[in-house]
Order: sequence, then structure tokens, then C-alpha cells
Amino acid sequence: MSALAINTPLALLLDLVAAWLLVGALGLIQPNRIGWVARTLFPLGALVALGVAGMGTLALATDFTVQSAVLPLGLPDLPFHVRLDALSGFFLLLLGSAGAGISIFAAGYFRHGEGTAPGLLCLQYHVFLASMAMVILADDAYLFMVAWETMALSSYFLVTAQHRLPEIRRAGFLYLLMAHVGALGILLCFGVLHGGSWQMTFAAMRGATLAPAWASVAFVLALFGFGAKAGLVPLHVWLPEAHPAAPSPVSAMMSGLMLKVGVYGLLRVSLDLLHVGPWWWGLLTLGLGLGTALYGAIFAAVQTDMKRLLAYSSIENIGLIFAGVGLALLCRSFDMRLLAALALAAALIHAFNHAFFKSLLFLVTGSVMHATGERSLGKLGGLIRYMPWVAALALIGSLAIAGLPPLNGFVSEWLLLQAFLQTPHIPHAFLNMIVPLGAAIVSLTAALAGYVMVKFYGVIFLGQPREPSLERAHDAGWLERIGLGWLALGCILIGVFPQVALDVVGRITQPLVGATVQRGPSPWWMTPIASNQASYSGLWLWLGLLLAIGATFVLVRRFYHGRARRTPAWDCGYPWQTPRMQDSSEGFGQPIRHLFGPVFRMERELPLPADVQPQYRVKVEERFWHALYLPLARLVQRIAERVTILQGGRLAIYLLYSFMTLLLLLVWVL
Amino acid sequence: MAPLSFATQVVQVLAGALLLISFAMLAERRSRRLLILLVWQGVVLVTSTVLVATSAHLTHLYYSAALTLLLKVCLLPWILFRLMRKLGIERDNEPLVNVPTLMLVGLGLVIFAFGLAQPVTALATTVLRHTLGIALAVILLSFLMILARRKAFTQVIGFLSLENGLFFAATSTTYGMPMVVELGMALDLLVAVFIFGIFFFHIREQFDSLDLDQLESLKED
Repeated sequence: MSALAINTPLALLLDLVAAWLLVGALGLIQPNRIGWVARTLFPLGALVALGVAGMGTLALATDFTVQSAVLPLGLPDLPFHVRLDALSGFFLLLLGSAGAGISIFAAGYFRHGEGTAPGLLCLQYHVFLASMAMVILADDAYLFMVAWETMALSSYFLVTAQHRLPEIRRAGFLYLLMAHVGALGILLCFGVLHGGSWQMTFAAMRGATLAPAWASVAFVLALFGFGAKAGLVPLHVWLPEAHPAAPSPVSAMMSGLMLKVGVYGLLRVSLDLLHVGPWWWGLLTLGLGLGTALYGAIFAAVQTDMKRLLAYSSIENIGLIFAGVGLALLCRSFDMRLLAALALAAALIHAFNHAFFKSLLFLVTGSVMHATGERSLGKLGGLIRYMPWVAALALIGSLAIAGLPPLNGFVSEWLLLQAFLQTPHIPHAFLNMIVPLGAAIVSLTAALAGYVMVKFYGVIFLGQPREPSLERAHDAGWLERIGLGWLALGCILIGVFPQVALDVVGRITQPLVGATVQRGPSPWWMTPIASNQASYSGLWLWLGLLLAIGATFVLVRRFYHGRARRTPAWDCGYPWQTPRMQDSSEGFGQPIRHLFGPVFRMERELPLPADVQPQYRVKVEERFWHALYLPLARLVQRIAERVTILQGGRLAIYLLYSFMTLLLLLVWVL
Repeated sequence: MAPLSFATQVVQVLAGALLLISFAMLAERRSRRLLILLVWQGVVLVTSTVLVATSAHLTHLYYSAALTLLLKVCLLPWILFRLMRKLGIERDNEPLVNVPTLMLVGLGLVIFAFGLAQPVTALATTVLRHTLGIALAVILLSFLMILARRKAFTQVIGFLSLENGLFFAATSTTYGMPMVVELGMALDLLVAVFIFGIFFFHIREQFDSLDLDQLESLKED
């Protein structure tokens, strides 16, 4: 720990964070001039984001040594510590690279008359980015909590950008509440972690030896706190409310980036600060993760609001990431290093992928909303004709999130499945039978995710417009296209070169779990375990696909073209078709709603057969509200009512309280 | 026990006077006279501080005496007098509890304060250690006064009197506080009185009275 040299990656990163804050503050100069705020400042912020990504990449280089420094900020005797290692470098790379795309998109997206003034949004937006970077760089609990809370508050203000709408204020409050409950868990976790030394630096926490019970308490608190931020069931309730409420770039940042910061926090505490724990830590995380994944996928399938659908899909993906982390913890406790590294690599790559494809899809919803003014799937359709660019890029995102082979979503889900398939080797009688079942849940989730994406893409972009006004929809502007294109490019590149991603995360798994997953003997193939088990090559698959498509095209052109007989299509007995006859989003989700009926809390109003103007209404809710949150809220209310008796309203009574306290304390010392 | 010096004896008499003034304040109904009593309390405090300074040869106590004189005898009473004029609240000021009961409770507090001071007195080395009980009693009586009055103005006077008691306790046990602390407290006091002044106007504007019973309507149901 010495004075910071000026040109180290860490020092440059701190400069970049300061630059973000500066860009944000500049937005206040002329808060209502779009040309200044959106066209100038947001691209600048995107440049800074690229710089952050670059510095993160430097930290992932093979010859990089961990850098740390003490900042002359903070309270006297409690300075801020920062540290850059491979784990933080990876998450900074994620933050910067996905953040750059979102910022470029935001440059074309924000406009007047949508709640908060653009300049103020610019400040909140960049403070949000800077605070996320500081959470990742923090090396003591104090700076971590300060940055964490700044992150929560700035995102709260971004969520409530349209604060004049009561339901948005409500969603914002729910988010703030859950953020604080989670932060409380993290604070208590750090309170346990220092192990009686009262040193708040992470270095001291790494060195502290905790009693096993206390270590478990710290782990459960961390899982609770970071799980609440990341959206782990049952702490996910804020996600489906806050994501639709926020402007789309903000939803993209929260879902793509902020949830990952929650994952980072859990990794930092459970793999870095805590020593190797008992196996049930891993099993708990794994179980919650798998449950979350399945739960999110099922609920995503029945949503009718496109942003809510994506929010539930985020819950699903977070579940998969947590499942990977849980598996890594489980294997680490049995000292199965290679398997732990594989599971962790899968989780990290999935986190990275999710940042790209989920941000992409949230931004797509933003473009669709700007073009049509609609958020409900029931009023969209056929947009592929009016918004070809957005539709094409959305297709890449949808395929990636559905986990289809040439794209990045497949890579991480494949790695996760490979890890699960190795779990029968766990040296524990029951675990080696139960844990492999996780593979089945992962597959089911992946299949449901595919179903959800068919619904998302099909209902919005395919078919015919369900409303006449949709025909006036226009494509996204060029800045928005660049942003979307950047994120889509990320999805493709990781899909084609997964072995590079595997090499990169190897630098993280080495210090954390003590092993690295090798890419395998061939440079073009990814062979994580052994070549007789499973290999994958994104590039060859791409080439093969292109070849197949090209060959089909040529063959059709050569032999079939011009020989087709043109007649009216068989109309299945329907002489005409209207857009209302298309499969609706409710209809598409109906089988899932039926299959997983007990999971939902449904209120249905079915029309009578004799009804001349039949109205069909169904309301699908989560059981958690009625089973967990509302009783909890009522309990708090009841306790509060008891306590209010103390608040008599008379000043003399209040003074008497303090007087009696003083007297009692004096008697006590007597 | 060695005979006490003349200065120390005078200080002890003054301490007695301080306690007497506190009781008088507890019983006083008129704001105007209450303020005069506060000035007297300040005068007694300054005199005793100067005497302690001369007998113990401590220059920094002279400074704090000067500060007290300036602030508590001149400036603050002057501000409060002006406030009182402006607000027109020189008339009667009914305590919540009747005066004889208040006196009896006060007596109990004094006994309690002396009992409380005993272990500290045994440890202290200053000549004035026996006056700590009085200082504590002044603090508790001031608190009682704040508690038993219903006008905001009287409560401020009680607050200032409480501060006087604290100051006296500091002088008698440890020959005063460090200068920095004392300066800080003086500034706090000044600011507090300004803020109280502003609050008076706001309370009166809102409720047409400085009667704090009115604040009860602020309570949420």
C-alpha cells in the first residue's frame, strides 16, 4: 500500500470514474438542451465506459499483479481503500463494455417531456455508473457500503424519472425498500466478517479467522443482501415492478449491469473474503438459484407486458448464475477444484452474456415504445416491417437469450450443463445423486427461456399489427442502432470465440478456487473436461450454419426458383383473417399457465356461453405477495401501532421521556 | 481539614446563590422576571469563575469568564428581551404543574444530585469539588423547568440555564473545559438562540400562540 503511481490501470480507472461524475455534472449546465446532454455528454460517457472496459481488460492480462491503494478521502482514520484484481477487472470489463452500448443508445433515446429533465437524468445516470465501478473497486467495507448505497439511490431516482405517475412512485418505493433491506444484510455481514478486529478493510477480513458458526452467519447474510440486489427468489419482488417503471436504458443498466454487481458482491464475499465453508452453503445457493431460474422462466412465459417479461427473464438468468456460483461453492468445499472452476467459469460467462443480451432486449423495448407508445404485447405485432433494424438486432438478442448454439447464451448454459454432468463424482452419498438433477432443471429452464423468447419476438415483430396505429411506427435512429449493434456484436463474438472467454475467466478462477479450465488442445475447439466427453466450436458451427444456409439458398435458387405454381393458399376454411385472429400473448402463455397452475395465484373471469359481448379477464399474481410480503407488512403495521402509543403528541411528555432516561442512567451509574 | 481561603468561601456562597436562583426560576411565572433571573445567574457564574481564576491562577478561566459575560449576561438576554418585546409575551406564564409540587420535586432532585456527586467529589482534586452537587442540581432543576412549562420562550430560558449549570460543573470539578470546547459551545448556544427565535415566529404564525400544547395537533393519527 503506497502512494498511487499515476499511470497504473487502477489510477486511470479512478480518473475514469471521476470523468463519469464530471460528465454527469456537466449535464446540469443546460439541463434541457437535448443537443448538449444527449448528443454530446452521453457519447462522452460511452467513451469513458470504453476506457473502463479497457482498464478491466488490462487487469485480466496474464502478467497483471494485484494493485491496491489508499485514497485520501473518507473519514479521518477511515480512508477509502481501492483494489484492482482479476475479479474486479472482469466485472469492470462487463460494466464498461455493456455500459458503452447502453450509453450510445441512451444518447439517441432520451428526449424532452418524459419526466425528469434530461440534464438531471444525465447526472443520475453517470453517478449510477460511477458508483457501480466504485463498488467493484472498493477494498474496504466502508467505501463498499457508500458506493453501494449511492448505486441504490441514483438508480432509485432513475427509476422514478416519471415521478408524476403514482404507480411509478410505488414501484420506486418498493425498489428502495428492498434495496435497503438488502443493504442492511450486507452491512451486518461485514459486521460479522471483521471477526472482532474492527478493521473494515477487506485485507483484514481475508485474514480474519471466524468461528464456523459465525462464518455461516456471514455467508447467509451475504446471500440475503446480494440476493436481494440481484433478484433471488423470494427477494425478487421489486424487479418486475421497477424494470418496467424505469426508462429503457435505465432498465437495461439495472438488469444488465446492476444485478451483476450483486453477483460480484456475493463472489467477493463468499469466494474471496470467506474461507472454504461447509458444503451446505453451496447447496443452499444452488437450490435457490435453480428455483429462481425455473420460477423466473415460468413467470416470464405468462407476462403480457414486454418489459415485465424481460424482468422475469432477468430473474431466470440470475438464477442460472447463482446456480453456477452455488455449484462452484459446493465443489470448492469438497476440494474439487477443476469442477469448481468450471462452474464458476460458466456463471461468470453467463453473467457477461446476460449483460449483453438482456441490455440489448431492454433497449429494443425502448425503441418499440418510442415508435409505438405501447408496452403491452396485446397491442403490438408485425413490427418487423416497420422497424427492420430493430427487429434484426432483437432477433440476435432473442436467439442468444434462448440459448441457441451459434450465440453466446449457448456457451454459458452448455458450460453449466457440463459442470452439472460432472457432479456424480462428488464424494458425498446423497449429493452425488441429488445435484445432477440440477442439470434437468437447467435444461427445463433453458427450454422455457426459448419458449419465452419465441413469444417475445413473435408477438412483437411477427404476424400482423394488432393496432392500426402501429403502421406509423418508425425505425430507431442511428445512435440507437449503433448501441443495439454494439451489444449484438458482443453476443455474436462471445458465441463464436467462447474459448477466449474461457481463457479470460481462467484468470479469475485461479486465485478464487485454485484451478483453471483449459480450453483444450485445439485452438478452435473448446474442450473443458476431456475430448472424449464434450467439445464445442462456435466458429465451426457458424461456418457450418452459413454453409448450410448458403447451400440451401443456392439449391433452391438453382432447382426450384421459377418453377413454383402460384395459387391462393389454402385458408383452412377461413375465408378471411384479421389481426385479432393471431395468437395473442395470453394465448401463447396459456399452456404454461395450465401446466404450472399451482405456482400462480390466478383470478379468472370466464364469460358465460350465452354472453353476447363476452369479456375474458385473467390476472396472474405471485403467491409470494399474499404468503410472505403482505403478512409481513401487516405485522410491521401492528407493531408500529403499538409503538405509536409512545407518541402522545405532547411536548412535555417527550421531554419527560428524556428526563426520566437521564435520571435512570444517573441512578444506574450511582 | 484546612481552613478554606476567602475566595473559595465566596465561591461557595455564590454556588448557593446559583441554586437559589434556580429555584426562583422554577417558581417564577413572568417571562420578564425569568429573563432577569437568567441574567443574575450569568452574573453569579461570571463572578465565581473570576474568583476561581484568581485563587487558582488560571489565565484561561479569565477568558471563559469574559466570554460568559459577553454572551450570557449581555448578548443573549438582549436578543431574548427584543424577542419578548416583539412577540408581546411578557405576561403570565402558567406552569403545567403547580408551583408547590414543583418545589417539592425540585427538592428531591437536589438531594439526588448531591448523592450523585459524592463519588465524583471523592475523586476530584480541586478546591471547589463540593460545589459539583450544586451544579448537578442546577442542571436537573433546569431540565425540570423545561419540562414543566408550556411556553416555548420559557423553555429556551430553561435551556440556557441548563447550559449555565453545565458550565459551573465544569469549572468546579476540572477548572473549566478546554478553550476549544468552550468556544464551540458558546457558538452553539448563540446559533441555538437564533434558531429558537426563528422557530418562535414560525410557531406563532402557525398556531397564533407560543403555547406548545397546540403542537399536539401535529400528531398523526
